[in-house]
Amino acid sequence: MFANPFKLKKRGILGMNARNIEYISKYNDRKNYPLVDDKLKTKQIAQKHGIAVPDLIGFIQYQVEINTFEKMIENKNSFVIKPAQGSGGRGILVIVNTDNDEYIKPSGEKVSHSDVRRHISNILSGLYSLGGKNDVAVFESLVDFDEAFEGFSFEGVPDVRIIVYKGYPAMAMMRLSTAESDGKANLHQGAVGVGIDIVTGKAISAVQHDSPATHHPDTGKDLLTLVVPHWETILPLSAKCYDITEMGYLGADIVIDKKRGPLILELNARPGLAIQIANDLGALKRFDEIDKVAGSHKSLKERVQFSKDMFGAK
Amino acid sequence: MKSKNQIVLFSFILIAFAIGVMSYKVNVLGFPLFSGETKKIWNIEAKVTFKGKGENAFISMALPSEQNGMVIVNEESSSANYGYTTSIIENVKRGEWAKRKVESDQTLYYSIDVVTDKYFEVKDTAQIQEPDLPEVSRAVIQAAKSLVKDVYDKSADNLSFTSLLIKEFNSKEPSQSVTMIKNNFMKTSLSKRNTLLDLLHSKKINARAIGSLILEDGKKNAILKPMIEVYQNKKWQLFDINKAKIANDETVFIWQRGGESLLDAEGVTKSKVRFSITENVVSARTAALEKDLKNQNALLDFSLFVLPNASQNAFKLLLLVPLGALVVVIMRVIVGLKTSGTFMPILLSMAFMQTQLLPGILMFVLVVSMGLIVRSYLSHLNLLLVARISAVVIVVVAIMAFVAIMAQKLELEYAASITFFPMVILAWTIERMSIVWEEDGPKEVLLQGGGSLIVSILAFFAMTNETFSFITFNFPESLLAVLGLIILLGRYSGYRLSELYRFKSMVD
Repeated sequence: MFANPFKLKKRGILGMNARNIEYISKYNDRKNYPLVDDKLKTKQIAQKHGIAVPDLIGFIQYQVEINTFEKMIENKNSFVIKPAQGSGGRGILVIVNTDNDEYIKPSGEKVSHSDVRRHISNILSGLYSLGGKNDVAVFESLVDFDEAFEGFSFEGVPDVRIIVYKGYPAMAMMRLSTAESDGKANLHQGAVGVGIDIVTGKAISAVQHDSPATHHPDTGKDLLTLVVPHWETILPLSAKCYDITEMGYLGADIVIDKKRGPLILELNARPGLAIQIANDLGALKRFDEIDKVAGSHKSLKERVQFSKDMFGAK
Repeated sequence: MKSKNQIVLFSFILIAFAIGVMSYKVNVLGFPLFSGETKKIWNIEAKVTFKGKGENAFISMALPSEQNGMVIVNEESSSANYGYTTSIIENVKRGEWAKRKVESDQTLYYSIDVVTDKYFEVKDTAQIQEPDLPEVSRAVIQAAKSLVKDVYDKSADNLSFTSLLIKEFNSKEPSQSVTMIKNNFMKTSLSKRNTLLDLLHSKKINARAIGSLILEDGKKNAILKPMIEVYQNKKWQLFDINKAKIANDETVFIWQRGGESLLDAEGVTKSKVRFSITENVVSARTAALEKDLKNQNALLDFSLFVLPNASQNAFKLLLLVPLGALVVVIMRVIVGLKTSGTFMPILLSMAFMQTQLLPGILMFVLVVSMGLIVRSYLSHLNLLLVARISAVVIVVVAIMAFVAIMAQKLELEYAASITFFPMVILAWTIERMSIVWEEDGPKEVLLQGGGSLIVSILAFFAMTNETFSFITFNFPESLLAVLGLIILLGRYSGYRLSELYRFKSMVD
């Protein structure tokens, strides 16, 4: 029933306690947290440094402004509402189409005008934010995802999660939504994670609910045939997030838009551990390699090259 | 790495300090480590009886003072209508009763509670000073001259002289001179003691009269037993006049010291004093507490025991919370259980302490599931978060009232204790659970709710454990040990038990 902890250690698997003590609290400076915890701020700083992000439609900060949301999305058929300080995919409402007075979710489920208003109200009240503090509802354009992912994702936008350790891309995973995850790309909600080779962007192995998977549960597509397009730009993009946030242990979530290419969707200061199962690889193996050279590579290009040289799938 | 060592050192210092203070309290102050231990408290009651003859009465009695190895924890004088004061005459404390125009038989009571404590030493130096030797009557000296010289030659110091002298007078085949002295000067044990004192004084040996009581349960109408104390090496040594010196004086309580009379009565007749001794078995904690508070031990002077009873009881409960916190830390850091709200399980287990475990769990599940149903309706009403939670609070109160009434009708007694549930916490739990239900599905709700319940049940067992609660209240310093443990656990970077399960597929 239980694995031998020494075997886990030997495989270099990072545990939750070690992640919190040895990595997050050591390399992620508290003062930089707001940059990644507040999606609005992340967006602003990313744009300042010329990093591509999904378009911001607008945001609502106060309850009295809630009724203005219709005006904000007047010309949009599809959009996403998310809490600026939400975590773990909580409180994200995706609307793919508008039909008269109703909004349609990826699942085809219709939500009314007042449902949306209540959702915004909940966001502002801090229902989804860390510590329950008042929050801001952010409106974003819905990403029109690349055709390469056709059949790999069910009713949702797939994204690439890259763990960037000390500025080096260390591990990558594709997160594919399923019927169970309700269009969301979070593994604990039932999304599929596909480990991605750092060098080629090709799938290595896949996981759903912490156990190995081979095919998408809804579409039946062979997950190992997945190849992430624009891989050459995705790696430096993720590494650059380190430069703007100075977070030593960072999760960069990247989506690939049909027209605009890779966009930074959000950053995460506490990326989870499932990426190890998706890659069938312990993260510590790579972190230790990076620890040996950290600081010797000055430029972003050198860092990305190091990752490519070292972390190719065997 | 360095900071890790520091933390380990710091927590070990905390734990060592806590254990150090605890063992000091156990070994020196006599605190018991477990609640079942008992100790004796001796109650000694002096009963003074006399007959009034219509005059103003003034009764004065020598009272016991502090002595090595015995602590007087309580002192009481009950004497209806008598004025009572104490005074100190020639270093001896005396109790004084007075009343005008006393008629017929009268009784006064004076009682003390005594606890033995082998570490207790009298700080008062007055008793150690060498007293002036009193004049000795010539007749005794003349009679015993040769005997005293004989004994003196055979002895080495004051103590051996005294013990040899006592031996002579208790010998089965006494010499002629001893028999003569015994017949003339030692008719009662009191005069025997005084004669012995005279002989000691004639050799310039510091000795004084003692009136003592042997502590024996159920003794009634006892009188003071005459004894002698001899001064040697800046210490007084007690001698039984019928035996050699007394090594173990744990059962001897010295009531009276010096030659002053035990009881002086003016304006009355037939005055006498009798003692009765009772042994009370109390919990060792009570005995230790009474004794140490009396001694004004600095450690206890700033302890919880100086608080009024009501606050002491409140602290009894509060001091258990760290134990609950320890359980939460262990379950989350080592086991990896998910709970809804970090410390909600502790509040829940505190509620269980009031309601009993099973009824508590039932009521919790009942209130939360009914709350979830109501909450799912409330979510359609489109309320602001604060208003919605307030609404849930009211609903929770209503559910609690409903449960209590139903239980009353069904004659289930314990249900009234449902009021002990922290309703705001319940309301938040319901709110969070309903969000989890919407976002992550009912499975996650069961996982988190079950996790919270398991943690709170474990915390309940830790907090209701008698040994634990006895130790946390009587040794609040044990909290430092808990703190040290929690700090240590806070640096635990190994795998959680749940992760051994989660990552199992990776090593197979």
